[in-house]
Amino acid sequence: MNDASHWSIFLNAALVNNFVLAYFLGICPFFGVSSKLETAVRMGGAVSFVMLVASVCAFAINLLLDLVNAPYLRIISYIMVISSTVQLVEMLMKKLSPATFRAMGIYLPLITTNCAILGLALFQTNRGYGFTQAVIYSLGAGVGFALALVLMAGVREKLELNEVPDLVKGTAAALVVAGILSMGFMGFAGLGR
Amino acid sequence: MATKQVTPTDEFVKGLWRDNPVFVQVLGMCPALAVSNTAMNALAMGLATTFVLLMSGLSVSLLRNFIPREARIVSFICIIATFVTSVDYLIMAISLELHRALGAFIALIVVNCLILGRAEAFASKNRPGRALLDGLGMGIGFTLALLFIGVVREILGSGSIFGFAVLPDTFQTWTVMVLPSGGFFAMALWLLIVNRLKQRETEAAKQTKRALS
Repeated sequence: MNDASHWSIFLNAALVNNFVLAYFLGICPFFGVSSKLETAVRMGGAVSFVMLVASVCAFAINLLLDLVNAPYLRIISYIMVISSTVQLVEMLMKKLSPATFRAMGIYLPLITTNCAILGLALFQTNRGYGFTQAVIYSLGAGVGFALALVLMAGVREKLELNEVPDLVKGTAAALVVAGILSMGFMGFAGLGR
Repeated sequence: MATKQVTPTDEFVKGLWRDNPVFVQVLGMCPALAVSNTAMNALAMGLATTFVLLMSGLSVSLLRNFIPREARIVSFICIIATFVTSVDYLIMAISLELHRALGAFIALIVVNCLILGRAEAFASKNRPGRALLDGLGMGIGFTLALLFIGVVREILGSGSIFGFAVLPDTFQTWTVMVLPSGGFFAMALWLLIVNRLKQRETEAAKQTKRALS
């Protein structure tokens, strides 16, 4: 059991150890979906939601695995839970809001292979968070992911309007921007824990 | 084992340079950035990924006629997760220290898009021999890319390679290279170099074409 306070867990996940900029989790969607602000916001929302559901499921599964004493099944069962959650979210979105569903396109199923979500499930297990702590942690991680994505999209939209040498265009420019953003987030070190 | 239309060497070599997973296809970025702060971590991560690539490629290729199309992604992920779990325990058995340094990133090999991508695009359509060669080429390409990034970060960040000091004590180490943002910068640097080389290649090809016509 971990005794960190809820507030510090939230701050830690969202800012100090931001999932994208400090742990390098979910880099693929971070570069793939961050060229437009609008899609970035939607993607951030979808990932946060899947994170929350996956975190709750992972907590339950971990209890079960501890009960039958089978820690070696952890990775397989977590990834299965995550893919079914994504499937569920996909079906829900299709039913409730077809327009958003179409806008998300290929990126929705790709959340399955987003390492931020599996990473979240594994970290919360490793740190021995309790139920409320795990939920707060997943909320913080989701907010942090969405924040990084939106910040990045904002910078990249401005970057489109500037003249960039052909050599640097695309991923290389995005990497440098991400590096500078990550340096900025280092300023939060010391907040929380 | 392999058929003779595309030479087996081609399948192997393409992963090293032309289709290098990290620098050209930009796949598997998360581990490439996260565990490349020292050359040793980069090497270990590369080898672990290569092992999973090889074994999952072989299994997917052997089972390709038994896996129904609709359930293929789930089956692939299951196969990959099995091998990742074994690698996880293997590394823990070999060196607990290394296991601690790599942390959750060994388990996260499961969601490395490179492995699922190769299973889907190559291993599920080719014979086991070819799938093995492809996996080996991609794995070595991935390991090399990780090593390149790791070496730059370790030399600039701590003044050493594989833990051996190479720069004089008077060298002021760039702490930023060991920190997360250094990963982004080192990767951007290598991408620029690769882009420049590719650009030169296409320019040279254009020139020879012009000379011929």
